[in-house]
Amino acid sequence: MTRLWAASRLTYAALIAAGVLSIFPIYWMFVVASRSNDAMGQLPPPVTPGGNFGANVSRLLNNTDAYFVAGLVNSAIVATTVTVSVVFFSTLAGFAFAKLRFRGRNALLMVIIATMMVPTQLGVIPLYLLMTKLNWNDRLPAVIVPALVTGFGVFMMRQYAGQAVSNELIEAARVDGCNTVRIYWNVVLPALRPAAAVLGLLTFMTTWNDFLWPYAVLNDPENPTVQLALRTLSDGYYTDMSQVFTGTAIATLPLLLVFVLFGRQIIGGIMEGAIKA
Amino acid sequence: MTVQLDARPPVAPAPRTGRRPPAMRFSRLDTKYSPYLFVAPFFVLFGVFGAYPLIYTFWVSLHDWDLLGSNHPFVGLENYSRLLADADFWHAVVNTLGIFVISTIPQLLAALWLANLLNRQLRARTTFRMAVLIPNITSTAAVAIVFGVLFGREFGMVNWLLDLVGIDAIAWKSNRFASWVAISTMVDWRWTGYNALIFLAAMQAIPRDLYESAAIDGAGRARQFWSITVPLLKPTIIFTVIISTIGGLQLFTEPRLFHSGTNPIRGGTLRESQTVTMYMFENAFAPHYNFGYGSAVAWLLFALIAVVAAINVLLLRRLGGAKPPKDAKSKEGAR
Repeated sequence: MTRLWAASRLTYAALIAAGVLSIFPIYWMFVVASRSNDAMGQLPPPVTPGGNFGANVSRLLNNTDAYFVAGLVNSAIVATTVTVSVVFFSTLAGFAFAKLRFRGRNALLMVIIATMMVPTQLGVIPLYLLMTKLNWNDRLPAVIVPALVTGFGVFMMRQYAGQAVSNELIEAARVDGCNTVRIYWNVVLPALRPAAAVLGLLTFMTTWNDFLWPYAVLNDPENPTVQLALRTLSDGYYTDMSQVFTGTAIATLPLLLVFVLFGRQIIGGIMEGAIKA
Repeated sequence: MTVQLDARPPVAPAPRTGRRPPAMRFSRLDTKYSPYLFVAPFFVLFGVFGAYPLIYTFWVSLHDWDLLGSNHPFVGLENYSRLLADADFWHAVVNTLGIFVISTIPQLLAALWLANLLNRQLRARTTFRMAVLIPNITSTAAVAIVFGVLFGREFGMVNWLLDLVGIDAIAWKSNRFASWVAISTMVDWRWTGYNALIFLAAMQAIPRDLYESAAIDGAGRARQFWSITVPLLKPTIIFTVIISTIGGLQLFTEPRLFHSGTNPIRGGTLRESQTVTMYMFENAFAPHYNFGYGSAVAWLLFALIAVVAAINVLLLRRLGGAKPPKDAKSKEGAR
């Protein structure tokens, strides 16, 4: 029977082809980022890195119209804050849904699942009006505060808490006189750590990549996120593609780093979430 | 020092009477109300920044509401009737549906196939999984810019490759259908590997003895795939189709950054690849700032998503007409 599951050479060839197709655009981004602009007009297109990366980086950093460094700093602030908040509130609510008894629990959980299916991005116009009222337009709270909680995070932590935290442990802590907050902090949070880490990584990457809402609400070109700085570069510097590609490469680098270090855990998180959902 | 520690008087037990009732009262309040306290942050924040704006969009869409006007008169359904007669809106709807169809169908088929390959006994399993997931974790904006160059008319790599096999250069940005294909390629590049992992997870939950008995009955690999794998994957397939519908019909970043230069929010000079979300932005924000009209676009898009998702679910219900084996059905239920 193992014959059915054995991988033939053809299987490997197909998988290698899929892998090459997946990686090539990213690889090529670094190729162009390390060459001069002449590379853009060459046929056949160059596919090996050049020696111009340093020069391109310094041209990008000295470009006073792109605000690229400001974008990097802003994105780091936004993504970190959102990640900490999403992990905290998701573990808190996920614990309550999985392990505590209260009236309306199932109904509230259905609401959370429903929010995952609702295209909230269609609410950008009133959200923009709300930010104007709060005087948050063009400022970072406008992109941070609406992202502080996600239904996906709560649901994921609820699923994980159901199996990772034993009821006996919680009961024992209660008998020892722990109140619910201490149970969360000392018993539940340590048990949730592996899943919370995956949620944190996914949240960080999604927030770092977010484009639509920052594009709507951060209109001051001097205060962009890194993706908006890329927009500025792409719209205005299409004659200087090696600089634009240097920007895209630097913006992608933190994500690649996270993925190389924690790819296994991220894949595990995605696949586990898929079966339980 | 240690001597002193040892010399401590034994800790007297706390006096029980008089202290216990308040502690118990606290404990009862704690177990009763803590759960609500724990879930409240989600509901408060989501309510204010998620649900309220979505519902309020409908209210705004009933008004003549722009950036400068200090009052916004109620106009009833006028924005909607104007929108239904707006050729540019329908043009964007057709673009969105076109891109959605030519991206989603190949994407899910390729993901199924890829998952089937990944489900074999492989060396370097994790490496292959990581390789196909990489597109999904990179920045959408960065990738859209890169693909914009790969699909360039004069010096783009795609046209160069086509030239090698004798196909004339294609104007990927100014030909409407070609721009749909280019943008779909971008979407598929990003999502195929992700969906393959979702399918793979579901495939691994299928008990192997089903395949073994099918093989004994003489079913080949292809037959097993269509008669066992696909029917048992139906819930997962429906899930991914719904997610793809919700995401695909709101497509924005890829087409927006595929175009550069002047007025890229129009998706090309003749709106070749302007999606509905881009049309909403063009009206609601720069340059028009017509919030009322933009909100009407948002609600019609919402309706479109609901209709397309419902059609997809109805179609998929019929999928795998070849009935799965009986015991497979019961195992699916147990999962």
